[in-house]
Amino acid sequence: MRKLLPIILVSFAAFLFLIRLFYLQVLNESYDEVSNNISVRKVYDYPQRGYIYDRNGKLMVGNQPAYDVMAVPLEVKEFDTLELASLLKLTPKRLKIQLEKAWRYSPRLASLITPQLTKKEYAYLQERMHKYEGFYIQKRSLRDYNADHSANILGYIAEVGPGEISKNSYYQSGDLKGKQGVEEQYEEALRGERGVKHYLRDIHNKNIKPFKEGKFDTLSEKGSDLKLTIDAELQAYGELLMQGKRGGIVALEPATGEILSLITAPSYDPDLLVGRKRSRNFTKLYYDTIQKPLYNRALQAVYAPGSPFKALTGLVALQEGVVGLEESFNCYGGYSYGRGARMGCHNHPSPVEMVTGIAHSCNSYFAQIYRRTIEKYDTPQKGIDVWRKHMASFGLGDYLGYDLKVGRAGLLPDSDYYNKAYNYPTYEWYASATLSNAIGQGEVLTTPIQLANATAAIANKGWFYRPHIVKSIAGSPIEDEKYTTKQVTTIDQKHFEPIIQGMHDVFNYGTATYLRVPGIEVCGKTGTSENYTVVDGERMQLTDHSIFVAFAPKENPKIALAVFVENGYWGSRYAGRISSLMIEKYLKDKIERKDLEKWILSNTLEDEYAKPYSGEDFKINQ
Amino acid sequence: MPKTLLQIDWLTILIISILIGFGWVNIYSTTFVSEEEIIFDLSRIYGKQLFWIILGIVISIVILALESKFFERFASVIYIFAILSLIGLFIFGKTIAGQTAWYSFGAFSIQPAEFVKTAVALALAKYISEMDNDLSKFTSQLKAFAIIGLPLALIMLQPDAGSAVIYLSFVIPLYREGLPHFYITYGLLAVAIFILTLKFGFSIFAPVFVALFIIIYLFNRKKKPKLWRYILVLIFGLGFSYSVNFILNSVLLPHQKERFNVLIGETNDIRGAAFNLYQSEVAIGSGGWTGKGWLKGSQTQGRFVPEQHTDYIFSTVGEEWGFFGTSLVIILFSILILRLYHLAERQKSQFSRVYGYSVLAVIFVHFFVNIAMVIGLFPTVGIPLPFFSYGGSGLWGFLILVLIFLKLDAKRKSLN
Repeated sequence: MRKLLPIILVSFAAFLFLIRLFYLQVLNESYDEVSNNISVRKVYDYPQRGYIYDRNGKLMVGNQPAYDVMAVPLEVKEFDTLELASLLKLTPKRLKIQLEKAWRYSPRLASLITPQLTKKEYAYLQERMHKYEGFYIQKRSLRDYNADHSANILGYIAEVGPGEISKNSYYQSGDLKGKQGVEEQYEEALRGERGVKHYLRDIHNKNIKPFKEGKFDTLSEKGSDLKLTIDAELQAYGELLMQGKRGGIVALEPATGEILSLITAPSYDPDLLVGRKRSRNFTKLYYDTIQKPLYNRALQAVYAPGSPFKALTGLVALQEGVVGLEESFNCYGGYSYGRGARMGCHNHPSPVEMVTGIAHSCNSYFAQIYRRTIEKYDTPQKGIDVWRKHMASFGLGDYLGYDLKVGRAGLLPDSDYYNKAYNYPTYEWYASATLSNAIGQGEVLTTPIQLANATAAIANKGWFYRPHIVKSIAGSPIEDEKYTTKQVTTIDQKHFEPIIQGMHDVFNYGTATYLRVPGIEVCGKTGTSENYTVVDGERMQLTDHSIFVAFAPKENPKIALAVFVENGYWGSRYAGRISSLMIEKYLKDKIERKDLEKWILSNTLEDEYAKPYSGEDFKINQ
Repeated sequence: MPKTLLQIDWLTILIISILIGFGWVNIYSTTFVSEEEIIFDLSRIYGKQLFWIILGIVISIVILALESKFFERFASVIYIFAILSLIGLFIFGKTIAGQTAWYSFGAFSIQPAEFVKTAVALALAKYISEMDNDLSKFTSQLKAFAIIGLPLALIMLQPDAGSAVIYLSFVIPLYREGLPHFYITYGLLAVAIFILTLKFGFSIFAPVFVALFIIIYLFNRKKKPKLWRYILVLIFGLGFSYSVNFILNSVLLPHQKERFNVLIGETNDIRGAAFNLYQSEVAIGSGGWTGKGWLKGSQTQGRFVPEQHTDYIFSTVGEEWGFFGTSLVIILFSILILRLYHLAERQKSQFSRVYGYSVLAVIFVHFFVNIAMVIGLFPTVGIPLPFFSYGGSGLWGFLILVLIFLKLDAKRKSLN
């Protein structure tokens, strides 16, 4: 027995060790990854973000170098907090918070401590950085704007948040990512591909040699350049015209659906959201809840379309065959439709048929042909649904599918909508209940881009391409079927002739005679839309929105646009003038009607916008 | 001498040579700087080790050339000389990392504790093999313990708790020669109580311990056990368990206490106390079946494991040679110890047998404690892996220890 002790001990030890080693080395595979985390350092090479050009090849957005201070928490040794904080222009408390955040993100991976130093700050810091173990400077590129406009189209770039990092494994703390606009929509094309080099490193954090002869290294790929459909000059001019006003302008090229301008007012200088000043400025913009500069009115604001909608009402009535072109209606300053209900109209020559009806924007005429359209069918439900189908074919009542992230569906009511509203079948409802739709003042709601698109469809006599903002990526034109497939409306081509003539006559003898553009055949339609706001729980009516849609030239149209100016009163007053100038600018490349331009530039609506917040009683439509 | 070469146990020599060679290969990996280097470069760790190895061979030849009777005859003198060398440390010694354990000669240092083991083994063998000493007698036990205890106490004073642990290994030869069972039984019991109390706390351990004792007592009732003995062991056991916290907090130094906490998973600070073990486990664990290849271990090449060329050399084997490499080392050591055991058992002279047992015991405890520490089964104790770790004193100490025994074994027929 005594002799056996050594044998027992040795067998026990060998057995124990082999099991433990088998567990550590063979069964447990997690150590491999841990080992790589410890001894392999990834060095990232951030490529330049793609440039953004306008449709004519003018550079809108380039890049400038920026320097981020990063830290790997595990490697941070004790340091002089006060000194580093003052170098980084942070408060010591802020520096501490950033380091704690970094710990939570990962002790081993680099986290951003303070972003985007300027070149000068970088040069100063670079010499002192060696004193702070665990900290290093990462070069990145920041946006450099060549334009003070288009902020809402372009969007901006910002560091990814923790949520985005956990959602998309590509991103790491400190990475920049497009937010809003084209930067967000085309993030993957613009950002390119980050390159990475793996180095074996030692305990002192020195790189020893490439890991596995660089087997896992990748080269960075420069981001693709984007060419937008935007005409930078027109865009800048539109933004200039909209100064002191609120609203949106969308200008399209009818033949292609390319967005020539997408203006929202008020806007901001895109340079405000570059670099370290971004977060402060963003907060300012974000909390401006009265002007809402971050809100893209051209895409997100829903308005009653007002009179421009009459053109569509006319088209549907023609398609449904409920009215002849020559058939004339008398207008007695309005249209009465049973039990004292009456839709007013303004003063204009009477009687009117289709062409003159549009030119004079006669409410009575369109109310009656709308009523006939709905009443053509056995029930108002059926009638409304047919009407809706026609309207939807113009891209109304649903998201248009353009290549920007934000938008609204707008509203095209259907039979379900009215059934619910009138509690059908307990109560019946009839065409007359929906009559305001005829003149774009009922339940119908549209965004500026929807209205511009419908105008382009009229200009094209029955078809359109979905509006889009990118023309080509890295030199090759977009191939997305969404934007290269023709969308055809439900209205036959022949019915567009009289409508277009009517819209042309708007300038000849109708509601916008003083807005003619010399030498160009413009077609358009004024609009005025009643609207309300709620301030401190009180609903109040405000001055009407000024609306205008137009396209030009009449034959082979090059531009179709919709302009909304909030509380601009009647259509030709603000929106019409702006449309006219935009068309002149785009087609002639210069403005000859200096008076008209001067009027727009010198008149603002700031007083109008201040009214509901003044706390005093005010009058509207003055 | 030529005769000795024929009679010597070449299997032992072979295994030792493989261990030394493989050890050097791993030391090279932990300390080489660039790929165009001269192997024999005394400014580098691996170059020095090569120098120690060559001198070690010379020392081995000298040992083999000595008269076999010399060791038994001069055992006492060697022992006294060894004790003096330990005492001398307090006067002439050099303090490195808080331990006064080295004599310094310019660039080289010698650690006498590495040689004292041999002296103790010789002295113990000599004492036990004397006619009138019987280890079942208390006085003999006491004297034997004194032989071990004196150098042990001196080493503890350096202080070098790690090397002190090694002296427990002499219980193995003593047991073989008749030391009563209960030293082993109660020793193991104490270790078990210590670990279990540490892990589960006194309040959980105590009731379980009491219950276990009652069950054992009832189970053995027919053999009419002495109740007082059970009660005595129970009281001492509980008392020891109760004082674990006290030992931990008052007897052990803070860093020693931390090492226990790391082992039982109480402390997980991988940047502080648990850093060595964590890095070592990561290095070994990432080796897989076949390892990352010589000079290709990313943990080793990044020098992430502290003391990797000395106490943690086994982690290099794990990372660069994988499970195949580590099992080879385990198996080589097992064969070596079992071979020494076989040689010891075939000795006719009691002196040779006790000495042989001491040799295998010392190597076993080094092997066990070192590897258990490196793979996270034992608290951090700074003792080297025999023949493998970097260090001249250690290498020479082990060579002398084993070679004396091989000489005794070669001449076993003439010794009795």
